[in-house]
Amino acid sequence: MSRHIWDFHGGIHPPENKKQSSETSIRWAGLPERLVVPVQQHIGAPAKPCVNVGDPVLKGQKLAEAAGFVSLPVHAPTSGTVAAIELRPIQHPSGMDALCVEITPDGQDEWIEHQGVGDYETLGKQEILNRIRDAGIAGMGGAGFPSVVKLGVKPDQKIKTLILNAVECEPYITADDRLMRERADEIVQGLQIVAWLIEPEEILIGIEDNKPHAIAAMQKATAGTQCEVVVVPTKYPSGGEKQLIHLLTGKEVRSGGIPADVGVVCHNTGTAYAIKRAIMDGEPLISRITTLTGDCVAEKGNYEVLMGTPVGWLLQQAGVKATDLHRLIMGGPMMGFAVHNMAVPVVKTTNCLLVPNSKEFPDPVPEQPCIRCGSCAQVCPVNLLPQQLYWFAKTKEFDKAAHFNLADCIECGACSYVCPSNIPLVQYYRFAKGEIRTQQQEQAKADHARQRFEARQARLAREEEEKERKRQERAKAAAAKQAEKKAAPAAKAAPASAAGAVDEADALAKLQTAAASTMKRYKEAQKALLTAEKNGSEHLEALQKKVEQLKAKADAAKEAFTTAKNAQGQTADAKPKPAAASKDDPFAALKQASAEDFAAYKEAEKALAAAEASGAEDVAALQQRVTELKARSDASKAAMKEARAREKEQIQAKNAAADPVKAAKLEVAKQQVLLKKASKALQAAKDSDAGADDALESNVKAAEQALEAAEHALKKIEEEQA
Amino acid sequence: MALLSVTSPHIHKPGNTGGFMRQVLYATVPGLFMLTYFFGFGTLINIALAVGIALVCETLILKLRNKPVAFYLNDYSAVVTAVLLALAIPPTAPWWLTLIGTTFAIVVAKHLYGGLGMNPFNPAMVGYVLLLISFPKEMTTWLPAAGLDNTVTAPGIPDSLGMAFLGMNPDALSGATPLDAFKTYAGQPEVLDSNSILHGVFAGFGWEWVNVGFLLGGAYLLWRKIITWHIPAGMLLALFLLSGFFNTAVDADNYPGFLHHLLSGGTMLGAFFIATDPVTAATSNRGKILYGVLIGVLTYVIRTWGGYPDAVAFSVLLMNLAAPTLDYYTQPRTYGHRKPNKGLAKSD
Repeated sequence: MSRHIWDFHGGIHPPENKKQSSETSIRWAGLPERLVVPVQQHIGAPAKPCVNVGDPVLKGQKLAEAAGFVSLPVHAPTSGTVAAIELRPIQHPSGMDALCVEITPDGQDEWIEHQGVGDYETLGKQEILNRIRDAGIAGMGGAGFPSVVKLGVKPDQKIKTLILNAVECEPYITADDRLMRERADEIVQGLQIVAWLIEPEEILIGIEDNKPHAIAAMQKATAGTQCEVVVVPTKYPSGGEKQLIHLLTGKEVRSGGIPADVGVVCHNTGTAYAIKRAIMDGEPLISRITTLTGDCVAEKGNYEVLMGTPVGWLLQQAGVKATDLHRLIMGGPMMGFAVHNMAVPVVKTTNCLLVPNSKEFPDPVPEQPCIRCGSCAQVCPVNLLPQQLYWFAKTKEFDKAAHFNLADCIECGACSYVCPSNIPLVQYYRFAKGEIRTQQQEQAKADHARQRFEARQARLAREEEEKERKRQERAKAAAAKQAEKKAAPAAKAAPASAAGAVDEADALAKLQTAAASTMKRYKEAQKALLTAEKNGSEHLEALQKKVEQLKAKADAAKEAFTTAKNAQGQTADAKPKPAAASKDDPFAALKQASAEDFAAYKEAEKALAAAEASGAEDVAALQQRVTELKARSDASKAAMKEARAREKEQIQAKNAAADPVKAAKLEVAKQQVLLKKASKALQAAKDSDAGADDALESNVKAAEQALEAAEHALKKIEEEQA
Repeated sequence: MALLSVTSPHIHKPGNTGGFMRQVLYATVPGLFMLTYFFGFGTLINIALAVGIALVCETLILKLRNKPVAFYLNDYSAVVTAVLLALAIPPTAPWWLTLIGTTFAIVVAKHLYGGLGMNPFNPAMVGYVLLLISFPKEMTTWLPAAGLDNTVTAPGIPDSLGMAFLGMNPDALSGATPLDAFKTYAGQPEVLDSNSILHGVFAGFGWEWVNVGFLLGGAYLLWRKIITWHIPAGMLLALFLLSGFFNTAVDADNYPGFLHHLLSGGTMLGAFFIATDPVTAATSNRGKILYGVLIGVLTYVIRTWGGYPDAVAFSVLLMNLAAPTLDYYTQPRTYGHRKPNKGLAKSD
């Protein structure tokens, strides 16, 4: 039966160069004099060493424990003693150092007690998953993602297809090819363990058609099982996880998603083999098959290598002369990375060591200008526009690069491979990706800081509000109490106010009209008197009397009106007004009151002036009234000013809340003002009196202390901020 | 022992930009042969002259820009520009016409914008249009194709050299091109029918074979994967549809048939060699189709209703302007994305 094979965009056909290493069987690489085992050979958190320098260790003994969910343990590849636990150069493109456990082998190669199980079904899935984790199995195709994480299927996820990635599309590498030819049964057993764990509907084994022997071996091994060998046409990079999924199922993994999202799980051939060894033989992952190839290698082929074997030693075993060395590549020619230190160890992900001479891999030629020929876009397996990404990376327009889906680039190198201008495109993309990652990290950091700051500001504001609300409540309660006190006599004086509010208002209105009309009459009389005086009328006296009478009447009416109004105002103050005031704006109310008082005072003053001009007798009474009104107006003005000051202070405090330093500074200024006031008062008392008041002196002291405290607080905040 | 540190990939497909450009030069051979066959050695002289001038200009300006001369001369881009321009210049052209056009193309249209890969406009077409606007008489003096009737033969080497270098007046030899002829006599069926210039095997006499020559060269470029099919297909399809529609559905006397358009003037040279200049064209596949279609539309519109008999150069330059925008709005759908991105702002 033949299965439909989808195709993906682009791809290239570089020279395969696989024959050099694929035709000899797997050889045992041997036991080096020392093994350097990095604690991180996988993606995720580095393992934590659990042995000490000098400890004897057995083969397969744990050297370091997994540190977290996405982490794996590492094991002693042979028996011996722990010689060192320190930083050593490791398998990283940057040539960086990382923590390694060095083992001096004792040559006995003595296993720790271990046991495999044939009927793993009886143990339960969790136990098998634990064993796979404890065996330290990471994806052996190159990335090294902990396999157990991919095997722990979430209960709400249904995996339809399990794919064994046996494509091995990179030129030169034949490790999986050889493994399939020689150990197909074990691979299929491992695959079946995986299948038992994730219960897929179908199990597909994808192999490129350039490996007929491996295909035959796998077909033989899978005969009678539900596993199906699917041959895919040779094209790089068919072995990319997403590309293979598309080839076999036609499904696309969403950008940023994982294969399980579309019901697919993908494992590498070497991983399946390692899982079989871990479960059925009880052996942790301590060796792997590595291809040693390239024209510098005399004994090209595949070797079973212990993890931690130094690359230099391994190359010697394969007959590489140090003098011939030109380049050393860990991995394949398309995606591998250059290694510059011979002490770097072989790890779980080392599928190939490529040692070409300078004729085989000439030095890269100088980069020519991009002519936008678009060859790169034609071969891109994820259908990007590499020529545009190149421009954006070169001109550091990272926003645009991100918009053109730079993040989806799998760095397969197909674009660089075909570029006629020899532009190292992948290098540009790595650079841009790194820059974008840095920017994002910085952005995240800044966002986090901002969130924290805003949360703190919100909390402070909330506390301040709470305080203010309590204070207002207290003030309201006090005002209500006072109003009650005042309302009692007022109610007696104006019985009408005891009646309903409507009556009260009515009565007030009447009184006001009465007062106004008498006032008008009085004014008219006054005017008449003035004219009479000017004209030298005979009825001057009579007129004067009339004016006086009228004035008395007007005063009486006005007084009645003000008393009634005050009484009503006080009762109203006690009841609905405060609510309205607090709801609206207490300051506005005060302002209005002040304006009213001021108007009254001005009017009285005018009246006084008029009376004085007319030479009235009641000038003294009027004068008194004017002073009274002036005092009242001044008082209400002061109240308003105070309210305004308070309000200003509040606003300032609110503003300052955004800046604690400002708040503290404000506080200091306030205390300074208070201190000045207190000392002024004291000085005044001293000037006017012989002895200064004790109370005033203590006031000054208290103000001084408060100022000091405020200053101290400011300093502290400033220091904190600095 | 020093190990070389290079990032992946470590292998490279053989070839470089120079090889790329040389393929373009090889592909001009059939068209050039036809031009020489029908119009004499003028075009070959033009090419030799233009290439020489271009190399001199390129060398001088590279020195001025402190660039390695040999390294850049090796990319053959100046030679390609010179050859494409020379192919478009009439075989009767005096030497100074080629000199002005080539110098302007290399110095202004290419290097003043930053050199290879940085120029927004096709340098050869900038040079051509400069000449066409500045020297319309010299630039439109073509010869009748050899064999049109018994009296017409292609000028020999002495005549061609005379016209190029000795100021020999080509007026005595000159004749209309099929595009000129149709434009002049449009709407007069009896004249059109009797004009032998318009009646070769499939289209205008002589010019049909020149275009077939460039079509063959284009096929070679496609085969060698130097160009993709998108731009030529778009341009030729647009020309075919428009000319076919107006010829059959509107008025055959005023609108010539599609073969006339496809096999006259610079159609095939433009479709396979000029419009496909990767530096100045759209680069996404969908963008390339649209770019080609719009060039075809513009060519038809200018040829039919504009003042110039041919319009490939104008159309290409106008679309050069639009190419970057086309690229922003015709991005392919990346693997794992539902829709292609558009423009420059993040949409999802």
